[in-house]
Amino acid sequence: MRVYFDYNATTPLSPAALDAVVATARDDFGNASSVHHFGQRAKAAMDDARSQLAALIGGDPSEIVFTSGGTEADNFAIRGVAEAFEPSRHHLIASAIEHEAVLNTLKALAKRGWRTTLLPVDQSGIVSPDRLRDAITDDTALVSVMHANNEIGTIQPIAELAAIAHEHRALMHTDAVQSVGKIPVDVRTLGVDLLSLSAHKFNGPKGAGALWIKRGTRMLPILTGGKHERSRRAGTENVPAIAGMGVAAREASLKALSEGRRLALLRDRLEDGILRAVPGTAVNGAPGVRVPNTTNISFDRVEAESLLIALDLEGIAVSTGSACSSGTLEPSHVLKAMGFPPHRTQNSLRFSLGLFSTEDEVDRVIGVLPRLVDKLRGLSRKSLVDSR
Amino acid sequence: MRIVVAMSGGVDSSVAAALLAEQGHDVIGVSMQLYDASETSNGVRTFGSCCSLDDLHDARKVAAAIGIPHYILNFERQFDEHVVSNFVKEYASGRTPLPCAHCNGDLKFSTLLDRALAFGADAVATGHYARVERDEATGRHLLLRGLDPSKDQSYFLSSLTQTQLARAWFPVGGLSKETVRDIARRRILPVADKPDSQEICFIPDHDYSSFVASRAPGVTRDGAIVDAAGRVLGSHGGIHRFTVGQRKGLGLSSPTGTPMYVLALHPAERQVVVGPKSALERTTLTASGVNWILEQPRHPIRIAAQIRHRHHPAAGTVTALGDGRASLTFDEPQYAVTPGQAVVFYEDDVVVGGGWID
Repeated sequence: MRVYFDYNATTPLSPAALDAVVATARDDFGNASSVHHFGQRAKAAMDDARSQLAALIGGDPSEIVFTSGGTEADNFAIRGVAEAFEPSRHHLIASAIEHEAVLNTLKALAKRGWRTTLLPVDQSGIVSPDRLRDAITDDTALVSVMHANNEIGTIQPIAELAAIAHEHRALMHTDAVQSVGKIPVDVRTLGVDLLSLSAHKFNGPKGAGALWIKRGTRMLPILTGGKHERSRRAGTENVPAIAGMGVAAREASLKALSEGRRLALLRDRLEDGILRAVPGTAVNGAPGVRVPNTTNISFDRVEAESLLIALDLEGIAVSTGSACSSGTLEPSHVLKAMGFPPHRTQNSLRFSLGLFSTEDEVDRVIGVLPRLVDKLRGLSRKSLVDSR
Repeated sequence: MRIVVAMSGGVDSSVAAALLAEQGHDVIGVSMQLYDASETSNGVRTFGSCCSLDDLHDARKVAAAIGIPHYILNFERQFDEHVVSNFVKEYASGRTPLPCAHCNGDLKFSTLLDRALAFGADAVATGHYARVERDEATGRHLLLRGLDPSKDQSYFLSSLTQTQLARAWFPVGGLSKETVRDIARRRILPVADKPDSQEICFIPDHDYSSFVASRAPGVTRDGAIVDAAGRVLGSHGGIHRFTVGQRKGLGLSSPTGTPMYVLALHPAERQVVVGPKSALERTTLTASGVNWILEQPRHPIRIAAQIRHRHHPAAGTVTALGDGRASLTFDEPQYAVTPGQAVVFYEDDVVVGGGWID
């Protein structure tokens, strides 16, 4: 039996969300912009989803703009605000541990003349409001700090950061892709102007997400075309995926707290078990301020890339912080920003649990790890091949 | 058995993986990321033009078609240490390196093999045209030429030790290239008609001298082109541009009209020594870092020696010296004995041993 502990990468569809995707694709194929019966049914399915999503984050349905996912929502938030503030403001701020969707969007805007600042984090992986106070000026258009970090799970003090941003009349965006559905998220409590979310991180389908835009927020669309989404995001909507997202959002609203408690217990069992069973391990990120499903663990003298493969060959799916999918193995920018030395940024694995995770799975991972780690540590001591 | 197949994205290693999987082995496909192919000289990236990433994608597609797991291992650091640095150092010291041989001995069958063993595998397989057989009498593992003489790659594998050969599998070594392509076509592998790779993988534009110069700027210093008597005939822009036996690119117009060849490179004096083709003939050479695959001979033995990939093996007598060195005397003079290349000793199809030409 395979163990899937990579829920922060993506989650399986919940059965009800899957049903909604299939039923909508089959029965409500109309274009939501069409006047006729078919269009009305599609529109109704989208309105349901919009209400369910708004309820999940404490917003108003009219403030939800559907997107293709988290990356588009982040791009929309940052580019949409930047374009609206050109040329009166010239400065953008984000944290150093943001997702690439934010970091690379800032980089692209920097090439077009925007000044950008990345806020450092401390060794526990938290952005200090003082660092934002140091960096922000009246020239700052937008502050973008993620709600929960994807690699280590730490939760950022968004409300405090938002208050500082607003003192300077800058807008506040949070990428909440890794928190929505895992912990209670309320846009008014957070005090933000923009919030990104993604359906496939909370057992909804891929290809659907949303940007919550507080009513009255000054920004421009980045996808231009028809009058979809009240002219904020052009393009025929992905109605089946949006319907699935709505159902997943409703399920998450209903059981976020109980599921969070269950996952925290499982996660702690996994974390304690690994720390006890494998010497030379340490947890990355402040233990008290994390989403309940995530742990990031360093394995001394082990290349995370190899441990990941060895685990996969045992049927256990986890991930590294390092992105090597495009070929180059870069140390985790998150762990680097936390001030860890190079060896520790390349020997960490992320275990992220979710809907279908069980105690048996946790115990299996704890049982398998010591042997695999031993083998790989043997590697770094000396070559197994007596070649010369 | 669990076997790691080093998959380059080419047809040979793809078929190697397919054959092992069909034999019922637990096959794991691994592609090595060896250098950053996304680096471009002007920093602008053009979508869809990255050759090496395409090879990784081909390997992944083949693995999916066969139904085996596939991973990319990042060996950029190790490749630079074991292969690229050596390549640059050799050219800079007037020698002509053989990076593929170093990659086999120092990377595929060491770093990758280590990793494979840690993954619980018993061996590493590649798409090389060579064969490994166990000699039941002596218990030694023998390295043999591939059965297809036009494709044989044993020359690039002669540094493999007994420990390495015991874990090395060459599933296509007993096949012809045509058969391999046929197998790929019949299994509809997406690389069945992909052309063979020819050049050194980390220098896709084939411009070795610019590559060496960029990595070792000191080598571009000018020097003299001299004849065997030391008379200056011209000048050159760095000895890394030359290889023993080279005729083109000397920029000399010989007064007598006889073509001139590079005879030797003297890095300390930055001299390129040239002369007529007849002066390239040698009957003896010595080699270092010699690996004996059969037992190290106590007396001089008769072998056929190959001094280049495409060289027709020449009969001679080899004597093992101390310190991993050997001396070789050919029966007939040979052209262009090139320092840095491998010399490999054969008895018929069996590799007796090999080393690096001094």
